[in-house]
Amino acid sequence: MAEVKSNYVDQRPPMIGGKYDLKTMTTKLMDVVFMRGFQKGWMFGFAIVFLGLLMMANTIGYLVLKGVGIWGNSSPVFWAFDIINFVWWIGIGHAGTLISAILLLLRQKWRNSINRFAEAMTLFAVACAAMFPALHTGRPWVDYWLFPIPNTMGMWQNFRSPLMWDVFAVNTYATVSLLFWFMGLIPDFATLRDSAKQPWQKMLFGMLAMGWRGDARHWSRYESAYLLLAGLSTPLVLSVHTIVSFDFSTGIVPGWHATIFPPYFVAGAVYAGFAMVLSIGIPVRKFYKLEDFITMRHIRNMCKVMLATGLIVCYGYAMEAFFAWYSGSTYELFMMKNRMFGPYGYMYWLLILCNFLVPQLLWVKKYRENMWVIMTVCMFINVGMWLERFVIIVMSLNREFLPSGWRMYYPTPFDFSMFFGTIGFFLTLMFLFIRFVPMIPIFEMKTLLPQAQVDEHKVAQIEEAKNDGKEPLGGSQPVPQFGD
Amino acid sequence: MSHRDHHHDHDLEPVREAISRKTGREFWRSLEELAGTDKFRDFLHREFPALNAPETDPSMLDANGRRNFMKLMGASLALAGLTACTRQPLEHVVPYVKVPEGLVPGKPQFYATAMPLNGVASGLLVEAHEGRPTKIEGNPDHPGSLGATDVFAQASILGLYDPDRSQSALKLGDTRTWGDFLNELTGWIETQRPKGGKGLRILTENSTSPTLASLMALVKKAFPESKWVTYEANTRDGARMGAPTIGGKPANVVYKFDQADVVVSLDADFLTNGPGALRYARDFMKKRKLTDGSNEMNRLLVAESTLTTTGAKSDNRLPIKAGEIDALARVIANAVGVSVAAGGALSAEADKFAKAVAADLQAHAGKAIVIAGDHQPASVHAIAQAINAKLGGNAVAYTAPIEINPMDQTAGITELIGEMNAGQVETLIIIGGNPVYDAPNLPGQKDSFLNAMKKVAHRAHMSLYNDETSAQCQWHLAEAHYLESWGDARAFDGTVSIIQPLIQPMYQGRSSLELVAAIAGVNGKTTLDLVKDYWKTQPQMAANFDQSWKQALHDGVVAGTKLSEESAQVDAAKLAAPAPGKGGQYEIVFRIDPTVYDGRFANNGWLQECPKPINKVTWDNFAIISGATATKLNLSPNKDPHHANAKMLSITVNGQELSMPAWVQAGHPNDTVTVYLGYGRERAGSVGNKTGFNTYLLKSTGAIAEAKLAAGEGSYQLASTQEHFAIDASGIDSKAYISDENDLADRHIVRAGNLEDYKKNPKVIHKGAHLPPDPKMTIFNPEQHKYDGYAWGMAIDMNACIGCNACVVSCQSENNIAVLGKELVTRGRIMHWIRIDTYFRGDMNNPEVYFQPMMCQHCENAPCEVVCPVNATVHDAEGLNTQVYNRCVGTRYCANNCPYKVRRFNYLLYGDWDSPSLKNVRNPEVTIRSRGVMEKCTFCVQRIMNGKIEAEKQNRKVADGEIQTACQTVCPTDAIIFGDINDKESRVAKLKTEARNYEVLAELNARPRASYLAPIKNPNAILGGGASSHGSEGGHGNEGQKSGEAKHG
Repeated sequence: MAEVKSNYVDQRPPMIGGKYDLKTMTTKLMDVVFMRGFQKGWMFGFAIVFLGLLMMANTIGYLVLKGVGIWGNSSPVFWAFDIINFVWWIGIGHAGTLISAILLLLRQKWRNSINRFAEAMTLFAVACAAMFPALHTGRPWVDYWLFPIPNTMGMWQNFRSPLMWDVFAVNTYATVSLLFWFMGLIPDFATLRDSAKQPWQKMLFGMLAMGWRGDARHWSRYESAYLLLAGLSTPLVLSVHTIVSFDFSTGIVPGWHATIFPPYFVAGAVYAGFAMVLSIGIPVRKFYKLEDFITMRHIRNMCKVMLATGLIVCYGYAMEAFFAWYSGSTYELFMMKNRMFGPYGYMYWLLILCNFLVPQLLWVKKYRENMWVIMTVCMFINVGMWLERFVIIVMSLNREFLPSGWRMYYPTPFDFSMFFGTIGFFLTLMFLFIRFVPMIPIFEMKTLLPQAQVDEHKVAQIEEAKNDGKEPLGGSQPVPQFGD
Repeated sequence: MSHRDHHHDHDLEPVREAISRKTGREFWRSLEELAGTDKFRDFLHREFPALNAPETDPSMLDANGRRNFMKLMGASLALAGLTACTRQPLEHVVPYVKVPEGLVPGKPQFYATAMPLNGVASGLLVEAHEGRPTKIEGNPDHPGSLGATDVFAQASILGLYDPDRSQSALKLGDTRTWGDFLNELTGWIETQRPKGGKGLRILTENSTSPTLASLMALVKKAFPESKWVTYEANTRDGARMGAPTIGGKPANVVYKFDQADVVVSLDADFLTNGPGALRYARDFMKKRKLTDGSNEMNRLLVAESTLTTTGAKSDNRLPIKAGEIDALARVIANAVGVSVAAGGALSAEADKFAKAVAADLQAHAGKAIVIAGDHQPASVHAIAQAINAKLGGNAVAYTAPIEINPMDQTAGITELIGEMNAGQVETLIIIGGNPVYDAPNLPGQKDSFLNAMKKVAHRAHMSLYNDETSAQCQWHLAEAHYLESWGDARAFDGTVSIIQPLIQPMYQGRSSLELVAAIAGVNGKTTLDLVKDYWKTQPQMAANFDQSWKQALHDGVVAGTKLSEESAQVDAAKLAAPAPGKGGQYEIVFRIDPTVYDGRFANNGWLQECPKPINKVTWDNFAIISGATATKLNLSPNKDPHHANAKMLSITVNGQELSMPAWVQAGHPNDTVTVYLGYGRERAGSVGNKTGFNTYLLKSTGAIAEAKLAAGEGSYQLASTQEHFAIDASGIDSKAYISDENDLADRHIVRAGNLEDYKKNPKVIHKGAHLPPDPKMTIFNPEQHKYDGYAWGMAIDMNACIGCNACVVSCQSENNIAVLGKELVTRGRIMHWIRIDTYFRGDMNNPEVYFQPMMCQHCENAPCEVVCPVNATVHDAEGLNTQVYNRCVGTRYCANNCPYKVRRFNYLLYGDWDSPSLKNVRNPEVTIRSRGVMEKCTFCVQRIMNGKIEAEKQNRKVADGEIQTACQTVCPTDAIIFGDINDKESRVAKLKTEARNYEVLAELNARPRASYLAPIKNPNAILGGGASSHGSEGGHGNEGQKSGEAKHG
């Protein structure tokens, strides 16, 4: 066989490790789903997070029964944990779409091993997020009034209100994310259907696979639909958090009313999202021994994204302070002073520590390869992003225009049980997802195998040889197809 | 007695013990077992053991016991009675102004009546819906009201419907009838008759009722040896005993503030406290209104021992210990040529103040008033009246006493305690009051009155509540509320009002007149008969009784009853200097509480939740001290600037110790502590029990005493509705407030100045303030919405506002605003639609204080409206910012976006929807909000609609002043003016053209419909004052006195 040298030599670590062929990879990734019984570790973890889910359910029950007064919200801090948590969860949900859609469009193939996982995270985070605005209203049973449903009550919505925009933005985002996720799962459901031994599994996965046969036409349509959805969700990545930021920036509250909010919020969301992907991905990778699929290259890339978006966020912090000074407005100036040196000042400096200082460790290559360091940094960022919303929401509201209305905010146990409850809910869904659905897209991973690497030169030579009537080079091995 | 008590405990203990040992399922079976025991059978046999003992068993009166059961039963009965139909008074009452032919359902009627407090009447018009009184207004024809009311009158409507009110006569806790009592009473008094009533004592509250006086005279005639003692905690002994005399009796002092150019207050809170306060506030403010071209103001100089609303309105103020007021008064008197003995030494500052005051008084001779505080000793009052006699001119007048039993009340009750201890009292009838709770203790003793009273064989107590005193008497008699019974009372100037009932007694309450008549042997008369019988004999009515009676009921005043002015003699002996005190380090001053009064309103939720003026604390009392004293006592100021979490202070007076939260108050003098009376009640009712601290435990016979202070243990959460007070930061712990002076001053929330600068340039107060943006610079086009018809607006004169809270409670009453309780107020959820923002400025040792009533500003570019996703808050065609409760989902964005923070959210179901009697107190014209919706001031839209309907029926426009908001009608000083700003001739439109007019936060371009008239101070030339420097700098406030080093908070 003649040696043909590629012009380009990829010196980066491989996107996939170990020695897998198409069959072993499929088996390895399906094993988690088809495993009989439950591992002890999974059971233990699930028990804990399920308790969190129960705590949330209880809190919600009591909340609907009694009213939002069980929380610590007051006057002037009419929004507190409810909206902090909403924005925090929505932010976390951002990595999924970014990884699935934008990186797909940019042909970043390394995304293949983490996209399903990140999408699932997005969905679950959005579910957690949506619960807060729905339940924080005084009368949650009339939440449907926020939707423009034709009715006999002669009511119509106020489309000037950013909360209206928010309803549409979040709903669109949730819908598209769900479609995107489910669509990506169809070929894998088909693989599962074909490999399943239990009749009920065949039945279930068969239904979910929606008649997928791996037909070339299926693939063709799948590819174009997936690309379209990616195109659709790309602006959503930007729009959702932009509109969430409008919830604040259209208000007149000093500390909210700022033009920098949209980009600053979007960057913050991506930042938070990647931190959460890593916070969950690293333990899962370890537990299910998926180091070969989620490689150091992935982790390093994500660290770099975090570093970049983190710096944008910190630029936002700097600009907030600058605008406060530059505006010359006494309210803005005082707001900034209150943030830095007011009674909650320590929260601001903690935020700077979590979101600015600690992540700078990622500049160092050594740290980008140390799982413990990365996990720690991610945890700081998760906390930091929550603090950021606390700083923006509570610390702007608690001391605004009239000093007579100034008042401290103190959360109640129900604020915490709702927050930690949603974390329990989120992790419960993650546990179920990891166990029952292929968390790494099998068919997309196969495209990363050497078998899938279509060597353009070889193909050209084959074509050439065909034309010359000679035997094709490299024998009669067929070109591998997706879905093998 | 103690033997019997023991006996009881033996009865119940084993049974209780046996029950307490059993738990869960066992419990029911065990009852049967218990029933089998001899002890339990015995217990069942004597079904009501308390009956056998003359002492009431405290355990049987426990809140969780049988009493509660009775209450529930009573409530159910009340429900049956009240929901079916409201009970109309059977007797003939005459509606005020409108006399409809039969009742028009849905149309309220107004009846004139009067509420006596401390005996003195303030005239009221009570709004009744289908015979159900719902709202109190002032009677414009009454000299003590002129249409205004105070907080107590406003809240009394809730008192009427209080489900905890006593509902029948009780003997040892068991329900009895009035007839049962009369039978027993007959026995009691018949044994007294041969003795001439030697063992009979009648203890009443202060009263001015001529009818009661006539009945008391009959009692005295029948029982010449009996004694009538008058006592209430607000004794006003100093004022009474220090007053000049007319015919040997202490004169009633009537001040005419509209004739005074200089007013000197010696610890008197005359704007909100004492007889005639409403009228005084009106008259006083008349001389300070800088409207309609007036450029002149009177001057108020206040020396006081705690920061009061009067001190807040002063032009110059001196914080001084209450005990040093006497010495101060003497310096002033001698300086103006009234020769009195010299008093104790004064500080240089006080001396300077005294001299300046004296000079000012002399410069305004004939137009000056010196008024002393009710809690000050007689000597101070005597000196004040001596100065008035010399310089007061027409501004101070004297009439015959309005009180029917003017006596030294403290001496009277002390004597009664002595007599009871000596066993000389056999029958004690207590009418009203609550002496077991509020009578003075003899020095070094506890429960002096109670211990003495227990030695009286027969005792009965008539009162609105089954209270501390009732529990210690064999008989408790339910008293009728003043809105359910007939009566009469005099105003501060002697004018009599007939108290006419608005409703048949809801329970089996009887009037005090009926009780006294029974003692006097006047039988078979109703209260109405008693009152009529008296007035038939009086010259004012005798001629044409039916006509004049109707007229008196209609007008709310009896014509010709105002007492004539007489000359009075100042008794030189009273001017003698009092014996110098022991010179203890600290002084304690007991004051009547500004919300629960002497404790009688402790069960009134509206008053409990009404933020006290100045400090804005609800539901509690506390020890008020200065910052320096706090430092000295090592009560380290709270690091948290929100100092509602107060450190405890231990106070010891005469060996009695009480630990209560310390409140560091700017402007409070050093080395003295002020405590409010009226809290810490045990049997006030479900609302008032166990709120605050019972300071009567410390109180002996004087309102001012020596005390030992020490830092107490731990801290205590107070529920303050406003956590930040300073408008600039000088003298404040700048770290805690993280603000330099400009942070707050630059907001120009309060624009203030002094008269001198104002005269030169009326616009000076706006200097440096931000203007709304140029209409061309903003996308909010002011011409976008035209208001062709009415355009409702409001102007609030901050110069006139005295921070008395009447508007707050009036609004609560008019608009069915819920009471939350201490815990939720602490969480910052108070529901009041109008609040009195209080701002301090300048030296924190003696700050200027400004009151700013704040309610929905009805912005034309309302920030709340754009952010509501469901259009629940929208503008109407007359410029009102309306809130549609039914539409509200409760996202709360509107409240976040409201720069004035006047929106209130129903975080929980706040209203009491279940108590049947409380259903009646609500205004049927205002929706009751459920949980989950936002609410706020509506500018009393229901009143606007009523006014418009009336006008439309007559095919005319609403006249100016025809529609008045609830806050406006009750305001004693006319500080709030509402009307149509499209009508350029309306009062509100004219006020908005005043130079002092400004909009709060105008630069936000929300274009509020409510605007404020800047307060102006008129400081004494010698004393100067912070205001002058502020004024010249246009309210920047950054050059106020910086002498204060005390940390605030």
